[in-house]
Amino acid sequence: MTEFQLFHDIVTDPFDYARNWKEANRRKIVGHFCSYTPEEIIHAAGALPFRIFGSGEAISRSDEHLQAYSCSFVRSALADALSGKLAFLDGTVFPHTCDTIQRLSDIWRINLTFGFHSDIGLPVKLDTASAREYLKSVFKKFKNELSGHLDCTITTDDLQRAAGLYNRMRSDMKQMFDLRRENPSLISSNDLQALVKASMIMDREVFSEKLSAILRDLSAIKPQPSQSLKRLVLSGGMCNIPSVHSLIEDCGAAIVWDDSCSGARYFEGSIAPHGDIIESIAERYMDKIECPAKHTDLFRRGEALVNIAKNNKADGVIFLFLKFCDPHAFDYPYVKELLVKEGIASMLLEIEAPLPSEEQLKTRCQAFLETL
Amino acid sequence: MSNEPKPADPEKEKRKIKSVGKMKEIMTGYYIEAKTAEQTGKKVAWITSGGPVEPLIAMDVIPVYPENHGAMIGASKMGSDLCEKAESMGYARDLCSYARADIACAPINGGPIGGLPKPDMLVCCNNICGTVLKWYQVQARHFGVPLFIFDTPFCHTEFSAEARRYVRRQVDEYIEFLEGVCASKMDVDRMHQVGRLSLEGQRLWQAVLDTTMHKPAPMSAFDAFFHLALIVTLRGTQTVVDYYTALLAEMKTRIENRISAVPKETYRLLWDNLPIWYRTRWLSEKFAAHEACLVADTYTSAWCGTMKYLDEADFLGTMAEAYSRIYLNIGVDEMARDVIAMIDKYAADGVVMHSNRSCKPYSFGQYDIKKIIQRERDVPVLLIEADMVDERSFAESQVDTRIDAFMEVLENRK
Repeated sequence: MTEFQLFHDIVTDPFDYARNWKEANRRKIVGHFCSYTPEEIIHAAGALPFRIFGSGEAISRSDEHLQAYSCSFVRSALADALSGKLAFLDGTVFPHTCDTIQRLSDIWRINLTFGFHSDIGLPVKLDTASAREYLKSVFKKFKNELSGHLDCTITTDDLQRAAGLYNRMRSDMKQMFDLRRENPSLISSNDLQALVKASMIMDREVFSEKLSAILRDLSAIKPQPSQSLKRLVLSGGMCNIPSVHSLIEDCGAAIVWDDSCSGARYFEGSIAPHGDIIESIAERYMDKIECPAKHTDLFRRGEALVNIAKNNKADGVIFLFLKFCDPHAFDYPYVKELLVKEGIASMLLEIEAPLPSEEQLKTRCQAFLETL
Repeated sequence: MSNEPKPADPEKEKRKIKSVGKMKEIMTGYYIEAKTAEQTGKKVAWITSGGPVEPLIAMDVIPVYPENHGAMIGASKMGSDLCEKAESMGYARDLCSYARADIACAPINGGPIGGLPKPDMLVCCNNICGTVLKWYQVQARHFGVPLFIFDTPFCHTEFSAEARRYVRRQVDEYIEFLEGVCASKMDVDRMHQVGRLSLEGQRLWQAVLDTTMHKPAPMSAFDAFFHLALIVTLRGTQTVVDYYTALLAEMKTRIENRISAVPKETYRLLWDNLPIWYRTRWLSEKFAAHEACLVADTYTSAWCGTMKYLDEADFLGTMAEAYSRIYLNIGVDEMARDVIAMIDKYAADGVVMHSNRSCKPYSFGQYDIKKIIQRERDVPVLLIEADMVDERSFAESQVDTRIDAFMEVLENRK
């Protein structure tokens, strides 16, 4: 769809977009790695929050800092930084997630000199009063640090406006997902993936306007009679390989939901408009279905996925994991077992950038679809 | 003739550390007590190796260490089989081999001691890695027992005021949790005593490790890997204090009698990361053949590395900081400073780093530490690719060749 071309262009070369944006707007850009980065605070500071995905180019540049058993996302992000691709950044923010990102932060701080470096020491548990209070204090600390780094003041009004904008974007993205669920032929998953990823790179105001317009147009289209496509849910961490979505759909399936941190887990939830605004922002991060590197309840993630599969009338689930992603790999057996109990079939695809053999993946997808 | 027992090699006998027998006795007694806890009515808590064990001791709860279990599995060369079993349960081969081996043992009472005693509770402190959180979640689902997470935010460059408040509050929450599971109140005086004994044990363990500053070293890191078990498992008890007091005396006697760990010690090396449990003897003999002694390591010293933050008079109050700032919960540059301080302290000629597939927080950053060491101290560094428990990730001939080449470099520098 031509409306999505802009998003594809940005996702294909986010560095070019960022450099041009910076020159045109004379504003600052803050890089980060995780769906737990309080982007609203960065936006309120007048800077562009830029999610680093790793281009997958010249990954070997990171070999002198990271062993081969580090995930390809982290190796790729470091390679981009070392090769100067990210030189436009005015700073980088590292929210605490997994052991690998934790060490990437150290390696980044020691070896790279552009911009400021900020660690956000998130708690790993989100289910106790003291952890919740701590997370709020961490976000407040980050706000103060950021205004120092960017030499600006961040007012309550700035934060309120940012929260409003993010609520709008997130709700619109959810509506896009809902539309696809009802009518998979309306939007290709490849387009939708580009849209969600572009939402983490683009000027947020511009993005929000484009998204609203597309949503208006698509909502006006009458649902088509449903095709006999197998309905699949994707689940995993960050997907950095857009061709995977096309590859799965080309096998004759419709992806009806994407439970990943570059999918629905990025836009889930909204910020309550009342009370201390930073605390409201923090509460959204605490209440959404957690990343497996965090803890709330022993069964919450698995049960959430079962519900997603049921609510979306899915025929099956594909776990799309980055190789060497420990938090997801540890959860896999129990989550799969919960799905089995509900009679929901699943398949695990372990991926790594660059994608090894498309043919092999296709064969596995086709075989899986035939069993459904 | 050949059936007659060979006379003991007096040279080898002389070098054997006599305390080993006592240590085995204590550990056997400890495991028997833990395995019979159901009959004696004592509670059992599984706890991570870097976790705050002192409140458990004060509450008369028996602490059990799945990581120690992992080490035993590795040392008894059962690692690959159990790891494969975990893989057949759906756990990826890239996951920590301690976790895989322990997870595989739980449902079948497998492993060298027929499985660990069943826990009444799990205590997980993430100051060593994020992996333990996932591992303990798995076991909490398996055993259906309460899980307490002692969350120690990572100290990249600082232990923030916010983190200090958060961890300190968790000390109180931890005690409330224990009082709930045990249905009894903590005895404050007893806790005070346990804190004092813990610190005393740590001081003695550091003193034992420090004896290797002497040339030649009376013990090696391979000995430390063995004698470490007590400071990990029974920290806070009189048993530990007594044992290390005796071990320290033995080391001092060895120094007086010029008994060294390695005959003709010529090269002094530092070890980094966990041991390669299934090859400790092979590695020990390999280095000894080159007249090299691993005089110190970053691993065994982790259990006494944060004494500077502890105050005996306020153990509970100060342990928040001590448990948050242990070796694996600090930035790579601070780790490099610690390694350099050890190189100086123990007069090391080289550093051997185990790049351990199973331990990402320990291994990622090693390449940078290596560079910092070489920049600051001009000391050769060897990297060995392996895994602490899963033998499938160990290529003996490759490691063999790399050690020979490394030792040649050291020989040329002398």
